[in-house]
Amino acid sequence: MTDGSQEKANGATRWIGTRPVRPDGVDKVTGRARFGADVHLPNMLVGKVLRSPHAHARLKSIDTTRARSLPGVKAVVTRDDFEDLPSEFVPAGEMLVNYRDIVRNVMAREKVLYEGHPVAAVAAVGERAAKEALDLIEVGYEVLPHVMDVEEAMAPDAPLLHEDMITAGVEPAPETPSNVAKVVEFGHGDVEAGFAEADVMVEREFRTRPVHQGYIEPHSCVASFSEDGQAELWCTTQGHFIVRGHCAKLLGMEVSRLRVTASEIGGGFGGKTVVYLEPLALMLSRKSGNPVKMTMSREEVFRASGPAPGTCIRVRVGVRRDGRITAGEAELKYQAGAFQGSPVQLGCMCAFAPYDLENVKVTGYDVVANRPKATAYRAPGAPQSEFAVESVIDELAKAIGMDPVALRLKNAAKEGTRAAYGPTFGPVGLVETLEAAGAHEHYRARLAPGQGRGVASGFWFNIGGETCANLNLGEDGTIALVAGTPDIGGSRAALCLQAAEALGVDVETIRPLIADTSSLGYTFLTGGSRTAFASGMAVIEASKDMIGQLCERAAKIWDIPVDAVEWVEGEARPAGANAGEFESLPLADLAGLAGKTGGPIVGRAQINAQGAGPSFGTHVVDVDVDRETGRVEILRYTVIQDAGKAVHPDYVEGQMQGGAVQGIGWALNEEYVYDENGRLENPGFLDYRIPVCSDVPMIDTVIVEVPNPTHPYGVRGVGETPIIPPMAAIANAVEGALGIRFTDLPMSPPRVLKALDEARLPEAAD
Amino acid sequence: MRYEAPESVGEVVSLLAGDGPRGRVLAGGTDLLVQLRAGMIAPDVIIDIKGIGETREIRENGDVLVVGAAVTGAELGEHATARAMWPGVVEALELIGSTQIQGRASLAGNLCNASPAADTVPALIAAAATCTVAGPSGTRNVPVEDVCTGPGQLSLGDGEFVVAFELPKPPPRSADAYLRFIPRTEMDIAVVGAGVSLSLDEDGWCTAARVTLGAVAPTAILVEEAGAALIGTGCGDAAIEATAAAARAACRPIDDKRGTAEYRTKVAGVLAARAARTAVERARNA
Amino acid sequence: MMAKAHVTTTINGDPVEFLCDVEQTLLDVLRDELHLTGSKEGCASGDCGACSVVVDGRLVCACLMLGVEAQGHSVETIEGMATGDRLHPLQTKFLEHAALQCGVCTPGFLVAAKSLLDRNPDPTETEVRYWLAGNLCRCTGYDKIVRAVLDAAAEMRGATA
Ligand SMILES: Cc1cc2nc3c(=O)[nH]c(=O)nc-3n(C[C@H](O)[C@H](O)[C@H](O)COP(=O)(O)OP(=O)(O)OC[C@H]3O[C@@H](n4cnc5c(N)ncnc54)[C@H](O)[C@@H]3O)c2cc1C
Ligand code: FES
Ligand code: FES
Repeated sequence: MTDGSQEKANGATRWIGTRPVRPDGVDKVTGRARFGADVHLPNMLVGKVLRSPHAHARLKSIDTTRARSLPGVKAVVTRDDFEDLPSEFVPAGEMLVNYRDIVRNVMAREKVLYEGHPVAAVAAVGERAAKEALDLIEVGYEVLPHVMDVEEAMAPDAPLLHEDMITAGVEPAPETPSNVAKVVEFGHGDVEAGFAEADVMVEREFRTRPVHQGYIEPHSCVASFSEDGQAELWCTTQGHFIVRGHCAKLLGMEVSRLRVTASEIGGGFGGKTVVYLEPLALMLSRKSGNPVKMTMSREEVFRASGPAPGTCIRVRVGVRRDGRITAGEAELKYQAGAFQGSPVQLGCMCAFAPYDLENVKVTGYDVVANRPKATAYRAPGAPQSEFAVESVIDELAKAIGMDPVALRLKNAAKEGTRAAYGPTFGPVGLVETLEAAGAHEHYRARLAPGQGRGVASGFWFNIGGETCANLNLGEDGTIALVAGTPDIGGSRAALCLQAAEALGVDVETIRPLIADTSSLGYTFLTGGSRTAFASGMAVIEASKDMIGQLCERAAKIWDIPVDAVEWVEGEARPAGANAGEFESLPLADLAGLAGKTGGPIVGRAQINAQGAGPSFGTHVVDVDVDRETGRVEILRYTVIQDAGKAVHPDYVEGQMQGGAVQGIGWALNEEYVYDENGRLENPGFLDYRIPVCSDVPMIDTVIVEVPNPTHPYGVRGVGETPIIPPMAAIANAVEGALGIRFTDLPMSPPRVLKALDEARLPEAAD
Repeated sequence: MRYEAPESVGEVVSLLAGDGPRGRVLAGGTDLLVQLRAGMIAPDVIIDIKGIGETREIRENGDVLVVGAAVTGAELGEHATARAMWPGVVEALELIGSTQIQGRASLAGNLCNASPAADTVPALIAAAATCTVAGPSGTRNVPVEDVCTGPGQLSLGDGEFVVAFELPKPPPRSADAYLRFIPRTEMDIAVVGAGVSLSLDEDGWCTAARVTLGAVAPTAILVEEAGAALIGTGCGDAAIEATAAAARAACRPIDDKRGTAEYRTKVAGVLAARAARTAVERARNA
Repeated sequence: MMAKAHVTTTINGDPVEFLCDVEQTLLDVLRDELHLTGSKEGCASGDCGACSVVVDGRLVCACLMLGVEAQGHSVETIEGMATGDRLHPLQTKFLEHAALQCGVCTPGFLVAAKSLLDRNPDPTETEVRYWLAGNLCRCTGYDKIVRAVLDAAAEMRGATA
């Protein structure tokens, strides 16, 4: 038996690269699609969370007596309902989580560590009773001094969040606790020797603020526990298998007793890879015996769910006059929020990844502070460190009078480059994106006086991991594709296309379904840009499995050996000596005969996908600045990225555009404003300013395709890379316009005007 | 909480007056509902005034244009006469929120919410608008600048509410303009707002000018010195710069989540100058 | 406890009666009482537009209107946008242009865009962007949404010419 999928790897494809309407599309344009908060069950209660008003306090007492006796209140839960769990790190998305911390993050135990930290939850008949019940819970707090910023948290006299936290990763281990959870280091070569060879060196310090993922759909779930200890949970999540694992652990139940269904998900960007409400809803349902629905308000989303960390980053890079970088060094301090586990390690690994460096050293600090626990946000850790490095690269290019694209090309990582974080790259597409940028009409277009243009590149690893997929063949030859990765942005279409290609059938005959945790084997989450790649690989494997069965059935019908059957263009054909002897059997015929030839046909795959293949991107942006108000306007924007192979180009472009615009928000306006008590002052979209439609121009895209050799069609992950370059590209463009280098994000109007005024002062003095 | 939708001004007054249940007027609800949801207010009765004819109409009455309290931004924006007469007031109301907010937001709601950053208030004051206030002892006409006394504070008495606004018909060669600064292009509350209304004589000399600022003090302010800097001039660069300087000098802003005092002061001057230029331009073409 | 209010209204052309508490917004009523969950709640404060509906011909946020205010008025929601099994041209164009990723903002954008095209059949890109500035989308960067609206407008002009 041979199957068509491999032959296609180098040759023409029929479905890969086409743009059919997504299979779940009609449901989503008619309002029919059910998102997290759209589930209603009979006898469903409303669950609500009481949250800490303090940034840091010892929890002295929680009295729920009055709340419990309020008519309509069916259950109240506090820390006493959850068993403490030992310290143990497990992967969730691209970050590690610790159950000791998760149990404390979903419900405060000894202390509250940030404003918005849950201290109790209630379930009641109706919204009003639930709200009233919250008001009746009496909590005794002993308010403690708090610390918000990374450098302050590292100061020797800073208030400690965890009195037992001893910095890991330093020898010898410190004797006193601190807010530094760990120190990590990457690199190779001798940076000091490298700097000695440099003609020009730039060293700068950068600061970025925490930013929120800003998904439009708040966290929401419905939990239903039955008397026999089994439970169902519907929730909006990027990974329902992860949710199952965490919830089962926190509730002390077997995973087989908990069935989690992922609803449609209204955005996540990494922020929906952890649990917040789910364990509380389950506990409330277990105690009340009713289904319980919990939904965060937008305010709760901002106060208590995951930001990307704020950072303080120092970067030093040396370059020779000919443009060769001789050494790069960086020190990264990342806010982890209330519990350890910021993505500083990933930030370290990515910082210099676009460059082929002989001497490189990166040190990272994971620092806790009284803010919500940092959660993954699109390429977690990388946008901050690459912002810093890409800004310095731009400055060096100016210093030696070299075009910034040329400088990058001269030092670009390529196949065979030893990455700063260890491994040696296979085929990667940075050079191709840089060449495309340099050749792009945008890069050569004339700027009006006062405008500026910036360019920056970005790198992200992408991941694979544990993945299952099934293809259920129907009796008419159509197929149900069953995957375990929630569809957050059109991945159903990408999976159907890969199955159609592998099977050689019309994509319209394949209908996808995201299975619940009991209906499919363990599948890691949608995150790490892995879905089109890893679930795609699983679907291709499942297709091969199905083709094998189909060929066997044909062999049986024709009564020839199975290796004399080949699968071509969606049908079984006799091959070799038997070629042309029998009329070929299309999929639909074999499906109809399945009952007589051996029973149902199901293609299955359970894989651990490896070799996701990094994706590089290069962005070009033009800006104008209102010199009197400091407002930066984005005039033109082009995203160039290596997709390996764009399965459904519309959705690849969509990822590139969406990531770029999130980056624009990060660069220009998004920031949290806390008052002196550590309380958030802007927990809403009116004052947490994500870009609106009139803020941005069309985002042009160029998809570069340098195939990933480990995927049959060459697919790489594409979702995360596009959020990395915008901050530096825009800072570089603003520098071009004003001659002022911004090292602090966001470049909001007050900050820009202040810098302009400071720059103008000396002129005025002349 | 009760909901009432009276059909006459008198009913509203009797619902509002006295020591009985605490009533709250509902116009477009774009402030009120947010505050209800956040638990910032908890009235006993919500009194929806949109069923009252006077609050919904736009009409010319002799020398004034009357705009009902609950007329929405979308409605005023579609009114050609209003646009032609007071483009600055119309653009101020149209700046509020999004298209969706425009479908509901009203002048009275904007004024009576008493936010220092309300967009229409500086424009209304620059336009020398008054409002008709109904109360237990009849109706009275109040200059808009006398309505707000501080953030969230109104001078309205027990049982009083705003029924309509009166905008005087401007003399020839007059125009107004309103500008605000926000970090995004839409969907923000003003960091600073500036309104200018002025008249020119036949030779282009400025005969009258009112310059106002929002979000730089506890209430919107009328900066007489800034207007005076224009009067008697041809509104050239020097006069405009003098207006900007007077505007800056009048600022008493605070630092808050939307901007620093320093930033607000600088930008107030910039906006006053830009709004003045627009108003002059419009007046010359009027 | 207060008695619920009885409200008679028209939703997507059909007469509808419901009971609600005064503090319930129109969005709460649509979603929780009538189970018309196509209108989404992204913020409940007028900032995101996911709850966009049309009331008596005006685009509004359902989260900023009380349910009781719907008395005697006509409400149009995303559920009423397609006719029978025929999608509205905007719905078709959103699909063709891949103008949605997660799709949670999509109902709001469609309702808002339809209200634009009902008023202005030939909007410029800038007009589209400003009209839709109250609808937040965090996934798409707006590019494909704006293209879909412009393309739908062009097609509808062609169809009515
Ligand atoms: C997303 C969003 C964006 C916004 N953007 C802006 C903006 O850019 N600029 C801006 O200035 N505002 C903005 N606002 C605030 C608000 O939309 C405006 O203040 C609007 O004009 C309020 O009008 P309304 O009719 O909705 O008032 P309502 O909410 O009905 O009322 C507001 C207050 O005024 C009182 N009131 C209403 N009518 C009367 C009356 N006739 N007599 C006495 N009291 C009365 C009410 O009791 C209430 O206290 C925004 C709000 C939202 C939700
Ligand atoms: S939910 Fe109504 S605008 Fe966000
Ligand atoms: S498609 Fe996800 S918010 Fe718009």
